[in-house]
Amino acid sequence: MSRLNIVLALVLIVCALAVIQAQHRSRTYFVGLERLKKEARLLDEQWGQLQLEQSTWANPARVDTLARSRIGLVPPPQERIHVETVPAEIRGVTP
Amino acid sequence: MSFKTRHARSNQLLDLKLAPWRMATVGGLLIGGLVLVAGRAFYLQGLNTDYLQGKGDAISNRNLTLPTHRGQVSDRYGQLLAISTPVESLWARPSELKLTAGQQAHLAKVLDMPEAELGKKLKRKGRGEFGVRRPVTPEQALDIAAMGVPGLYLRREFRRYYPAGEVAAHVVGFTNVDDVGQEGVERAYQTWLVGREGERQIVRDRRGNIIRDLAPIKTAQMGGNLALSLDLKIQYLAHRELAAAIKLNKAKGGSVVVLDAKTGEILALANQPNFNPNNRRNYKPEPMRNRAVIDTFEPGSTVKPFVAAAVLERGLFHPDSVLDTPQTWRVGTKLVRDEHPHPRMSVSEIIQKSSNVGAVKMAMSLTPQQFWEVLHRSGFGEKPGSGFPGESSGRLRDPATWRPVEHATMAYGYGLSVSLLQLTRAYMAFANDGEVMPLSFLKREPQEVVGERVFSPSVAREVRAMMETVTQEGGTGTRTRVPGYRVAGKTGTAHKLVNGRYAADRYLASFIGMAPASNPRLIIGVVIDEPSGGAYYGGSVAGPVFAQVMAASLRQLALPPDAPETATQMTHNTPPLPMAAGKGV
Repeated sequence: MSRLNIVLALVLIVCALAVIQAQHRSRTYFVGLERLKKEARLLDEQWGQLQLEQSTWANPARVDTLARSRIGLVPPPQERIHVETVPAEIRGVTP
Repeated sequence: MSFKTRHARSNQLLDLKLAPWRMATVGGLLIGGLVLVAGRAFYLQGLNTDYLQGKGDAISNRNLTLPTHRGQVSDRYGQLLAISTPVESLWARPSELKLTAGQQAHLAKVLDMPEAELGKKLKRKGRGEFGVRRPVTPEQALDIAAMGVPGLYLRREFRRYYPAGEVAAHVVGFTNVDDVGQEGVERAYQTWLVGREGERQIVRDRRGNIIRDLAPIKTAQMGGNLALSLDLKIQYLAHRELAAAIKLNKAKGGSVVVLDAKTGEILALANQPNFNPNNRRNYKPEPMRNRAVIDTFEPGSTVKPFVAAAVLERGLFHPDSVLDTPQTWRVGTKLVRDEHPHPRMSVSEIIQKSSNVGAVKMAMSLTPQQFWEVLHRSGFGEKPGSGFPGESSGRLRDPATWRPVEHATMAYGYGLSVSLLQLTRAYMAFANDGEVMPLSFLKREPQEVVGERVFSPSVAREVRAMMETVTQEGGTGTRTRVPGYRVAGKTGTAHKLVNGRYAADRYLASFIGMAPASNPRLIIGVVIDEPSGGAYYGGSVAGPVFAQVMAASLRQLALPPDAPETATQMTHNTPPLPMAAGKGV
């Protein structure tokens, strides 16, 4: 009888320690999760800023001015556009 | 003896005589103390537990607000038009503010504002806190943080940026400092864009880490994103060409609307004058008005295709029916006159040469009720239904009140008014074989829309064929041609109403057209307000803007040319491009 009690007491102590351990682990993970969430939010904000930067660089007005002034592009005049018409026999094959 | 004495001694010890009151006092004190301690413990643990628990929680538990930010607005291909990103802003709490004169001078320098003005701003009394500068640049933020002035602090806020700037300003609109939409889509979709802040209760440890979630009080809802129907490239073209035309013609203002004829989506909408939504300091309401949607004007000759459709529909005339068209024709007291008279014209030629007399003669063959019904069906006098804030419906009076003169003038576009968006939408009936699609500022899939039938397909095609002659030799819109494509459209030149009278020298030049005419994909409406650079006809002022925007947009959308071979034949005889000639592949 008393031996059983001792065994149960030991089991109880082990369980209690396991609970403490589990609790500690859960908190550690939780802290990690929170840290990652915060990081995700910061990355999200950074992504927004990069998108903003991208769209500022790719602004049509800017591209237009640069294309004309820096590399001297012009829209092709009509005489220089040649429209290829696909012959009927090929048209049948290509989708 | 010794025993005796020993005995007596022990006896003495045992028989120690204590007064009973002493026993009672000591016992009573001990028990009393115990009761006191137990009572206190019971009080703290049992009765006053809420208070203490609250104190404890206050140290470790926190309510955390979950920030959200306003959704993005982009064009149909995902190009950003509006985005919120966090910035630092400078706030002050006057009750704690301690600023030395030197610090104030330094702060004024950092913020680049006169010291006196800053001093006045900071001296503001009253409770609470206020924004000193919203927002500050990242460099300023670093400088201010380094100063470490008590009562001055930086706060993270989201600020709205508009990467497309003035190009899409009227459609996108803008928000105020508190992130509330003031104009355009920002205002129309405020509730969708804004999202909702959330709140959660958490437990913090000694180091400030969050260790446990207690309860989410409110879940956060991120602001929704919006994909507009705009095509930023076409929008830019429209903006650029309109701005150039306004400058060239020394005009007061103008608008361009580009519609997708198949889906009713608004691909571009530009106005002049316009504004930069990123710069909130120069707040002037005049350039912020979206003229294409809000301003109405008398459409002038652009209404004539509807007259033609009305008479064709009732079988009163055929496209080839010939009418006598003298230079002047009297209706009641009004003398209707043509600027470029031709004695006899077919219905098609009346549209091509924009004859007022011809249009009036056709309109007079209808009853006011019949004429009104066609205009009403086409959307005159009704809001165009784009969902844009402040949309105007124009004016179309009850036919019962029309006098014959008004009936006549309406045939060439006076006595009724429309917005450019409304008029361009009405032309969709001709472009889309009689069916008008509901307008939309939001991107949508073509299968989602159900159109509204305005004209029968045959009538719509006949009128479209007439409008194609407008851009051909002998028409009023020869400057609206787009190389390689067939274009249909109608010019309009209307005298402006100034103080209730038609001004002889102030005009509104307009052109509404569509291409490729064989199966129109795009409808573009252009209106130029008070051109004063010499030319004032719709065909010569608004027409070129149309042609430029249409040509570039058709190329942008890679639509195959539909003009007959003869028109494009010459392309084969041109010398090859220098680059291609240099390479002997």
